[in-house]
Amino acid sequence: MAAARKTKKSNISGEELKEHYRSMLLIRRFEEKAGQLYGMGLIGGFCHLYIGQEAVVVGLEASAKEGDQRVTSYRDHGHMLACGMDPKGVMAELTGREGGYSRGKGGSMHMFSAEKNFFGGHGIVAAQVPIGAGLGFANMYRGNDNVSFAYFGDGAANQGQVYETFNMASLWKIPVIFVIENNQYAMGTSMKRSSSTPDFYHRGAAFNIPGQAVDGMDVLAVKAAGEEAVKHCRSGKGPYILEMLTYRYRGHSMSDPAKYRTREEVQKIRQEKDPIDHVRDLLIEGKYATADDLKALDKEVKNIVSEAAEFAADSPEPAIEELYTDIYA
Amino acid sequence: MAIQILMPALSPTMEEGTLSKWLVAEGDEVTSGQVLAEIETDKATMEFEAVDDGKIGKLLVAEGTEGVKVNEPIAVLLEDGDSADDLGETKPTAKAEKPAKSGDTPTQAEKSETPKAPATVSADVVMEDIPEGTTFTSRTVRESLRDAMAEEMRRSGDVFLMGEEVAEYQGAYKISQGLLEEFGPKRVIDTPITEHGFTGIAVGAAFAGLNPIVEFMTFNFALQAMDHIINSAAKTLYMSGGQMGCPIVFRGANGAAARVGAQHSHDFAAWYSQVPGLKVVMPYSAADAKGLLKSAIRDPNPVVFLENEILYGRSFDVPDIEDFTVPIGKAKIWRSGDDVTIVSFGIGMQYALEAADRLAEEGISAEVIDLRSLRPMDTETIIKSVKKTNRCVTVEEGFPVCSVGNHISSVLMQQAFDYLDAPVINCTGKDVPMPYAANLERLALVTTDEVVDAVKAVTYR
Ligand SMILES: Cc1ncc(C[n+]2csc(CCOP(=O)(O)OP(=O)(O)O)c2C)c(N)n1
Ligand SMILES: [Mg+2]
Repeated sequence: MAAARKTKKSNISGEELKEHYRSMLLIRRFEEKAGQLYGMGLIGGFCHLYIGQEAVVVGLEASAKEGDQRVTSYRDHGHMLACGMDPKGVMAELTGREGGYSRGKGGSMHMFSAEKNFFGGHGIVAAQVPIGAGLGFANMYRGNDNVSFAYFGDGAANQGQVYETFNMASLWKIPVIFVIENNQYAMGTSMKRSSSTPDFYHRGAAFNIPGQAVDGMDVLAVKAAGEEAVKHCRSGKGPYILEMLTYRYRGHSMSDPAKYRTREEVQKIRQEKDPIDHVRDLLIEGKYATADDLKALDKEVKNIVSEAAEFAADSPEPAIEELYTDIYA
Repeated sequence: MAIQILMPALSPTMEEGTLSKWLVAEGDEVTSGQVLAEIETDKATMEFEAVDDGKIGKLLVAEGTEGVKVNEPIAVLLEDGDSADDLGETKPTAKAEKPAKSGDTPTQAEKSETPKAPATVSADVVMEDIPEGTTFTSRTVRESLRDAMAEEMRRSGDVFLMGEEVAEYQGAYKISQGLLEEFGPKRVIDTPITEHGFTGIAVGAAFAGLNPIVEFMTFNFALQAMDHIINSAAKTLYMSGGQMGCPIVFRGANGAAARVGAQHSHDFAAWYSQVPGLKVVMPYSAADAKGLLKSAIRDPNPVVFLENEILYGRSFDVPDIEDFTVPIGKAKIWRSGDDVTIVSFGIGMQYALEAADRLAEEGISAEVIDLRSLRPMDTETIIKSVKKTNRCVTVEEGFPVCSVGNHISSVLMQQAFDYLDAPVINCTGKDVPMPYAANLERLALVTTDEVVDAVKAVTYR
């Protein structure tokens, strides 16, 4: 079985590197702003931030092509920004306003974009896994060479429907990439306390699905692994598993007492493994960018986020007639 | 200009909190993401992080201060180039704090508007089966549920609790607080996120004679486990000709919380009530939560015990009676009246009682019945009341089609037809998935106004 730990890096230009830096920074700043708006009561309910995990979606989106689909859990803001959805529309959905992607009816956890092939935004842990395989099934059925990305967490990886899906995906050679975002915790449960075996990338072995564990804090390693997985799927060989070793810096949602890990553990990863700092160092060391270039980029990103927040606060609430629309097609 | 740091809302239901501890001092340099303070909410103690880089100019609220309102300034942050002189002149953390343009109420006003249950049992309550001279202690629903489980776990070694985050995390909604400490990991069991699997395991353990309590983080996730609740737990006694029962409790938060959207806001009361072999309980008060949960744990049948997140923090008087239980299948009359019978259960009682108060001011006397149990249902109490008042309104948060209220209407039509002076009206949640937007969510839920209007309609006022 081809289940192995690899960290092959793809060759990459300075321009591309800068683009990844910018994409990751946009997610980070967007999420910080979302956390702030939540604190002010402009966002309600649950709000799961993606801070720390930015390299995963940014690296994988770099290996995707037009027409590929993606689907994920409630921790979805990063995925939406990375696939090119408008930060304004995403933020306005978080505030439950008319300008949001679901016109305010879905909220943080339930957002979609038919245009960008983003199929949600799912509130039920692991429900997106068979759905992701279904998107791949549709590609196979139509005979195109698109693939789908089904993102899910280490906690979700224990749900039964994941394994039902693995079996069928392998049996029918569905072109789907299962991306396990192993951030080590499912709410307050560390993966060690919920999983009988620690290596999620091995979990396809019984179904003959190849898997790789990838340093999910390194956007280049992610991109390289993504390219391999995509090649496998596009060539008709069936599904592929990528276990992304990553970390969430913030609480599970907004109300998280964080008693299950130490502040030192979080600090250590932030200091030693931060995906954005890593690329910043590469840019400076490789002389692809100066400190001033990056400062300008920071400013540009901050502006995009401020505009999104302003749009999200100014956009009106949905018209009350919307209560009864979209129930049936 | 200096930035005001505001007291954050750290949970969907938080209105105020305690600033337990400052982790920074005036003059400290902070970077975004750094933990500034520990804040205690109704559910947990949490860390609060900086959003901007800068220097702490001033701490405005001393540590240990209780009841700090959300959005109240708690500190001043000086940005690059600010000096202490800027302290006087501050701007809030973000200028985004503008109310929505349409909709008559801005998002912010939402929270304070949420109707409150009476803090204690009102004098009107018709207390049944509680001996005269009983004293009461004010307890939250949350504490009462925990007390019930703890008492039953002390009573019998066969009772155990399993579910997601019930042990080390102390429960996602802090219902199982302290149980791990008292009963240990053999009896308070954290499960992986595998509802179908662990529910099946619990049902098997119940077949073997143990008494599992299965906590669903919320009942939305019990949909994953539906097959075992219905096909395995509810039907086996019958299918085995009475040989093999399933003494199990399925409990957790049910129905809408606040702003959590369609997939997390579904009231399943009517669904479970449809299934022979299940008992279904949905308490409103803390006393009933405690007494009914104890009865449910002792019951030889599978009991679906539906709680409500919004009620968890509400306080009610709980009788100081040792081993206090409430029988399953018996309704309670909260308030007696002559003009109309309002029947509700769970959080619906909040609207029913508020409506009764308002109607009383207008001279309409409502009798309010809390069903407490949905299956078996105490239809006798409803019928008796309707024979007196001749009118009935039902109140629930669930969907209108095939609702609990529909069933009550049918029972009344068949068993009290000649006593009805008006058609029964069912007040329910709207026939739509729960929207996220604040204004639409408010419209989707049943309201006190709707109950008042319904009562006026059936009393022809
Ligand atoms: C079926 C189901 N069970 C439980 C929950 C509650 N819940 C939401 S997120 C979560 C933890 C999931 O952790 P993981 O899969 O590791 O993803 P992460 O949050 O770390 O991204 C839980 C238990 C849910 N939404 N759906
Ligand atoms: Mg996780």
